[in-house]
Amino acid sequence: MKNLKTLKKYFVRYKTKIFLGILFILLSNLLSTYIPLVIRDAINLLQTKITQSDLIRLSLMIVALSLVAGVFRFLIRQTIIVVSREIEYDLRQDFWQHIQLLPTKYFQNTSTGNLMAHATSDINAVRMFIGPAVMYSIDTIIRFVLVIYMMLSISPAITLYSLSPLPILSFLVYYVGKKVHVRFTAIQEKFAELTTKAQENYSGIRVIKSYVRETQEIEDFKKLSNEYLHKNMHLIKVQALFQPTLFMITGISVIVVIWIGGGSVISGKLMLGDMTALIIYLGILIWPMIAFGWVINIIQQAEASMKRLNKIFNEEYEITDTEVTDKKIESLKGEIEFRNASFKYNENFSNVLNKINLKISAGSTFAIMGLTGSGKSTFVSLIPRLYDVTDGEILIDGINIKKIPLSVLRKSVGFVQQESFLFSDTITNNLCYGLNEVDINKVYQAAAIAQFDKDVRDFPLKYDTILGERGITLSGGQKQRASLTRALIIDPQILILDDSFSAIDTNTEEEILKNLKSFMKNRTSIIISHRISTVKEADQIILFDKGTIAEKGTHEELIALGGKYANINQKQLLEKEIEEFN
Amino acid sequence: MAVDKQDDEVLGKAYDAKLMKRLLQYIKPYKKYVVIAILLNIVVAALGPVRPYLTKIAIDVNIANKDYHGLFIITLILFGTLLFQSVIQYFLTYYTNYLGQKTIYDLRTQLFAHTQKLATKFFDKTPIGRTVTRVTNDIESLNELFSSGIVMVFSDIFIIFWILGFMLFIDIPLTLVTLSVLPALFYGTFLFRKKVRESYRDVRLHLARLNTFMQEHITGISVVKIFNKEKNELKNFSKVNNDHKKANVDSIFYYAVFFPTVELLSSIAIALIIWYGGGETIQGYITLGTLLAFIQYTEMFFRPIRDLSEKYNIMQTAMASSERIFKLLDNETIIPNPKNPLPVEKIKGEIEFKNVWFAYNQEDYVLKNISFKVKPGESIAIVGATGAGKSSVLNILTRFYDINQGEVFVDGFNIRSVDKSSLRKHISIVLQDVFLFSGTIKSNIGMNNPDITDEEIRRAAELVGADKFISNLPKGYDEEVKERGATLSVGQKQLISFARAIAYNPQILILDEATSSIDTESEVLIQNAIEKLLKGRTSIVVAHRLSTIQNADRIIVMHKGEIKESGNHQELLSKKGIYFKLYQLQYKDQEIKIN
Repeated sequence: MKNLKTLKKYFVRYKTKIFLGILFILLSNLLSTYIPLVIRDAINLLQTKITQSDLIRLSLMIVALSLVAGVFRFLIRQTIIVVSREIEYDLRQDFWQHIQLLPTKYFQNTSTGNLMAHATSDINAVRMFIGPAVMYSIDTIIRFVLVIYMMLSISPAITLYSLSPLPILSFLVYYVGKKVHVRFTAIQEKFAELTTKAQENYSGIRVIKSYVRETQEIEDFKKLSNEYLHKNMHLIKVQALFQPTLFMITGISVIVVIWIGGGSVISGKLMLGDMTALIIYLGILIWPMIAFGWVINIIQQAEASMKRLNKIFNEEYEITDTEVTDKKIESLKGEIEFRNASFKYNENFSNVLNKINLKISAGSTFAIMGLTGSGKSTFVSLIPRLYDVTDGEILIDGINIKKIPLSVLRKSVGFVQQESFLFSDTITNNLCYGLNEVDINKVYQAAAIAQFDKDVRDFPLKYDTILGERGITLSGGQKQRASLTRALIIDPQILILDDSFSAIDTNTEEEILKNLKSFMKNRTSIIISHRISTVKEADQIILFDKGTIAEKGTHEELIALGGKYANINQKQLLEKEIEEFN
Repeated sequence: MAVDKQDDEVLGKAYDAKLMKRLLQYIKPYKKYVVIAILLNIVVAALGPVRPYLTKIAIDVNIANKDYHGLFIITLILFGTLLFQSVIQYFLTYYTNYLGQKTIYDLRTQLFAHTQKLATKFFDKTPIGRTVTRVTNDIESLNELFSSGIVMVFSDIFIIFWILGFMLFIDIPLTLVTLSVLPALFYGTFLFRKKVRESYRDVRLHLARLNTFMQEHITGISVVKIFNKEKNELKNFSKVNNDHKKANVDSIFYYAVFFPTVELLSSIAIALIIWYGGGETIQGYITLGTLLAFIQYTEMFFRPIRDLSEKYNIMQTAMASSERIFKLLDNETIIPNPKNPLPVEKIKGEIEFKNVWFAYNQEDYVLKNISFKVKPGESIAIVGATGAGKSSVLNILTRFYDINQGEVFVDGFNIRSVDKSSLRKHISIVLQDVFLFSGTIKSNIGMNNPDITDEEIRRAAELVGADKFISNLPKGYDEEVKERGATLSVGQKQLISFARAIAYNPQILILDEATSSIDTESEVLIQNAIEKLLKGRTSIVVAHRLSTIQNADRIIVMHKGEIKESGNHQELLSKKGIYFKLYQLQYKDQEIKIN
């Protein structure tokens, strides 16, 4: 139960409603557990002398008690179950708020399918605990106490005899519950594996088709499904014990009443009505007990789910505003400096960036070249703090970026990522994503710069066209131009283009670069590219090699240096010249 | 947020005979289990109702006659029935669950296998999350239907019949009086069902929206972060979350009314027994034991009805899920294989496009009357601006899509006349978006194909120059690849996808803009490797970077879905046409607009 303790704050939040709910449970049980006593009176009276009006009076009493108890039952659901939905809402809200603030690193190591499973089935399992489980367990306990009290008041001896199997029951519940917990966790893990498998398969379906791996994939999936089946059966083996055992134990109680109680009736120590009431009470006890088994089950599941949720809740934000944050900073000019900055994705990995020292002056154009995996993307990701440096520091306008409020920093940076992601929403809403409200004039301006407006004008609904999940209806180049537009719209002081033209044809790229020239005036821009023609006019060009800066300078300087950059340039020029001579 | 209002939000009835019939097909292989389960159920169902009857005997015969011995015998019989019931119940639960698990295993694997056959078009149009839900959660919600649902319905019916039988056997008039509450019960249940169905639909709709929202925003989390939209998205989320809550709270009301009503009706039945039965007892028409038995029967009789709503939920979820599952299962977006496919053992690698017209959507042609021929071993480059139709040429060659008009031949046979998979076995593709699977580097190159040896994998990696960075990884070829290869750079991923294509040793090799993200140096590396590789193979290369295609035997210049120019590099340059312009643009800082 220790994981479920996290829920305490939510329960406190709704304490009035919960208190009322418990009160209603108490009242409704007080009334309904009185009904067998009325039946007892009726039967006892029937054995002696009874009038028709007695029968009518007692019958009406039963109906009246049940009616009022029913009203309270209605109110129980309207309080406790409603609260469970409120708490579910709060919990999910907190979950989402938390998730959003987790570092990018977290999302790289956790699959979407996994996170979705937490957000849906785990929260649901916890909800089942908060609502039905809490309601039934309080109901069960109250009913249990009341019924036993009533039974004791009828015949202490028979009550004790008939309830003697109960300790066995509680041991069993404990024992089975423990096993169920372990086995249930195993099932959930398998299910997550199954989900991830499907997710991955469908994401990579083209590759699978190209390499004709369908049969193998089906076999793999079958294997996983089969493992899942066995994990389920493993649980069922113990879970199936619950109901029969409960039946057994409560049934034995009834038999004890018939046997010993019957004997007492024969010997005249007990009235038949008393025996009837005892049997009815035991009948009332059976269902709470079955509910109890069910509740135990829910609690176990909720505990397992809450454990996983807590693990997520305990993940640290890492990248967030702290006490060192200087709230007075409201805007940035865009001078960027790396001081001995190093970075690695994981403690076990080697540095992706190694002691980078670099200054990019405000308003300048800065270009980065380098081999694949040399650290270019990582380098630019550090600027809007998608990752934090593992060593050293980064300064903007001479201030350590950890001191700059995260919102100010990210508002100042327009980052066009290598892989563009768009939401299933209208083009306008996607493009205005970084704004607080839609501004269609800004959309037109930015889309014109990014050469995206031509495409949009061809769509039947123009800017109101809705994009499918992950922008399925757009081509790769259109997606890149859309995300470029989206970045331009926020009017960033620092613009980062991470190989953002890879799917755009050269002709359009030329156009975009030309348009960008005037936009970039007085802004710091960082461009990653593989083409000399793209980077050539930058104020400063660096060449990354294995996480370090191999070369640095202007195009002319680097050419004069005669190093790797010059080599690349030479290759590109050479190819050109050869063709020109032919 | 716009939400796709598709099948997740469409809800059917709680019981649909057609769907049910189809679902039951899946139980067929396990008929034996079902028959045994039903037989066991008939027995178990009788064992419960027999006990109040035995109690009646105990009261009316043994206790009334002060027969201690008889009372003991009765209790022993009672115990016997109880033990028997418990044991059978255990096996019943176990086997019905086994039945459920087996059935959903079959359905799940069948569904998954079906999705593997679906054409690329399907995946273009359907969000991945939706298909994933079909094979996971939707199938899962059928589990309860198969494991407990179907068998429990039988068991409830049997219990009700047994109770009715016992009641009628004991006293017919009292039975009728007791059952006089039934019409009210049925009407109440009917109303409840109707209301719950409506609210359930609402709940599902909002749940789907909630899931879509989360799925999408988790996938695009970096965009949320970059644009500093966390607060805003939290607000959007709270809207979706709140709608979901509201829908649920609405449905609570119906349950809150239904359960106490059933309870009240059961109390009315007991009151009727006491009032009417009591009167009869005074008259001496019925015994006290009968009265007690009836009170117990009333309790028993109402229980299955009280559980009905739960079963109803199971049914409703199952129906809704099965409808979606069958919809996917019935989806015939499949590129058909010919009935009698021509055998393709070995191919030379000759390709011919003959008057090919192709559109992704109806009449919106992306390829217009394309004709060209590729000789075995010839290396063809396709160039053109974005949207010229280059990628489409590749897509239809491997039959990812079927063409609208015209014919495509490989080695002289129409590609529609051979088995798709044997066609694809001869063609390796490096796609624009590199996709890596979780597993190892090795499994990503060899694609878990048992026919490809570790040595071949290594050689393929060496050939494309991927060997260097792979060897530098802590575990080399056995290095774990996370979902989508998150820890690798785009370039590295691309190298792996090259190696993958090469490991398959295909007769025809296709590269789709694959070199675009690779820096010049690596490009040269790969270019060299590919040159070696292309020897003796037919290849079609689509690239933006003209340097990668200089070595092509022939270049096809596409523009707006048509072939505008074709020839070798020099020929094309001397034409001073589109190719010349494209070329100029790439290497000179000149601006030439293509019309």
